[in-house]
Amino acid sequence: MELFDNLLLGFATAMTPLNLLYALIGVFLGTAIGVLPGLGPVATIAMLLPATFAMPPVTAMIMLAGIFYGAQYGGSTTAILVNLPGETSSVVTALDGYQMARQGKAGRALAVAALSSFFAGTVCTLLIALFAPPLAELALKFGPAEYFSLMVLGLVASIVLANGSILHALGMIILGLLLGLVGTDVSSGAQRYTFNMPELADGIGFVVVAMGMFGLGEIVANLEHEATRDVSIKKVEGLWPTREDFRRATGPTLRGTLLGSILGILPGGGATLASFGAYALEKKVSKNRHEFGKGAIEGVAAPESANNAGAQMSFIPMLTLGIPSNPVMALMIGAMIIQGIQPGPSVMKEQAPLFWGLIASMWIGNMMLLVLNLPLIGMWVRMITIPYRYLFPAIVVFCAIGVFSLNNSIFDIYFMALFGVIGYVFKKLDCEPAPLLLGFILGPMMEEFLRRAMLLAKGDPSVFVTRPISATMLALAAVLLTLVLLPAFKKTRGEAFVEE
Amino acid sequence: MSVRSWKDLWSGVLYVALAAGFLWFGRDFRMGTASRMGPGYFPLVLAWVLLGFGVLSVVRSFLVEGEGIGGMAPKPLAIITAAVVLFGLLLTPLGLVVAMPVLIVVSAMASSQSVYDVKGALIVIGLTLFCILVFVKGLGVPMPIFGSWFDGLVPATWQR
Repeated sequence: MELFDNLLLGFATAMTPLNLLYALIGVFLGTAIGVLPGLGPVATIAMLLPATFAMPPVTAMIMLAGIFYGAQYGGSTTAILVNLPGETSSVVTALDGYQMARQGKAGRALAVAALSSFFAGTVCTLLIALFAPPLAELALKFGPAEYFSLMVLGLVASIVLANGSILHALGMIILGLLLGLVGTDVSSGAQRYTFNMPELADGIGFVVVAMGMFGLGEIVANLEHEATRDVSIKKVEGLWPTREDFRRATGPTLRGTLLGSILGILPGGGATLASFGAYALEKKVSKNRHEFGKGAIEGVAAPESANNAGAQMSFIPMLTLGIPSNPVMALMIGAMIIQGIQPGPSVMKEQAPLFWGLIASMWIGNMMLLVLNLPLIGMWVRMITIPYRYLFPAIVVFCAIGVFSLNNSIFDIYFMALFGVIGYVFKKLDCEPAPLLLGFILGPMMEEFLRRAMLLAKGDPSVFVTRPISATMLALAAVLLTLVLLPAFKKTRGEAFVEE
Repeated sequence: MSVRSWKDLWSGVLYVALAAGFLWFGRDFRMGTASRMGPGYFPLVLAWVLLGFGVLSVVRSFLVEGEGIGGMAPKPLAIITAAVVLFGLLLTPLGLVVAMPVLIVVSAMASSQSVYDVKGALIVIGLTLFCILVFVKGLGVPMPIFGSWFDGLVPATWQR
């Protein structure tokens, strides 16, 4: 069986001592940053990117992936224990998780969160192994027109699933695309918007933008709402859930995993939306819906399985198409390119050990998280109590060193500062930085595919609607955009993001 | 006729201004044809689209009720930005031994809760040493430990 062979190859790759070690480092770091508010996976991966240059590609990818899904685990720990979601994807977990903790059931809530995440992780590892090959196979048939339409669909979907004003999200995408074009035009060699600065000839570094907007920008935002966090935590005991807990958590976990898997594949979807959606769904279908918000175990199991499923499934478009569905995946693509691997459907064939090793490592990493995190709860709790005033100067330092080490350029440090300011101003105006970042990474790719498609079609734009796959994707994009502009849908979309 | 959503107004103005910038600085780019796109085709089309969104946002700000912008925090923003820029300026002449403590202390000023005591000083020294050992010595990031002003004052092997 081919699937079996592939997974075997994956596990053989992921189980080497070096890769196991880096998977462990990844999930450990991920949990840590998940626990610490004000430091997300984007900034962390951006900071660690330079450190992965010297590693073999598969090891680097395994560690970076570990940080990403590890953060989902860590974020839920703080959400349950102290009502401080470390990541946005665990915001809804705090609703019922914290109530459970107040009733002295913190241990059970944590265990259910970890177990349902692990379940979702296992299912998704299998799903990726099943669906990635046919998708990559299909993608090999894609011409430039299909790729262009796929990116349009991706960008449109990221708007639909994003929080906030649609008009502003559209604006941020276009601005991101434009910023991505700064530098030398690949086909004509012309300098665009470089103002004769040699530092800009290769374009603006993606890490520079990500660190400025997500790293520095978030620090400023946190300092604005600086409050003394009074963190008093009761001793966590009784880690094992009761039989009743298991019974009640099973259905929500299954539904959460399913919903998370679907939403995770969509561009711009991923963990956050999945957790909100799963919680809302459980509130509608659960027999115990009157208990929601008062410490219902379903309200922990559903979002936790969904956010982990969403996080893992977002690897599918990245691995099979070479298209990032969120900023973290964009960084992973950056890491691949730095390692000399051209992302796209050919990765699965040409880099089989990397592809399957990464997938297998996700299951191993989830296992590590389960085994590690429950006994280490005490340590994470102590970490929460570190005051932010000690943390943020260190984050600034790591951002500055990290951004410098990419090109050994002081210029990049100044540019990071500039993007910190830009990110802050836009955030104040309700323009989210995530769509800009997606546009930024897709900009040069889109232009190239558009050029090639139009060249092949001799300048006839109808090529995008006469080729069936391309037409389907554009139609989907149009449907999504229409839906999102309909008043009825607008209302539900707004509600999905509103906390109870 | 009065402004109903300041957020829409200002983001619209910003989009229009940025789009105008992209159009102006890209005015000499060759457009090419649809089948052979020049370097100007994609960016200039995008800039016009951005301009359109900007105008829409401005128009909407007069029609649809929205929120106010809320408190800006110029202080943390200015301090963090200044700290990072200072770090960049000091790195080559003085090296990490000076630039890093400056970066840490200046950033710390962004928080009203920072305390400047012996413990804080120890953290600054510890973090600086940690970064020099891990990043410069360990990972080989080519940042000067002692900058060019220290030429001749410290052994050259200490400088990198």
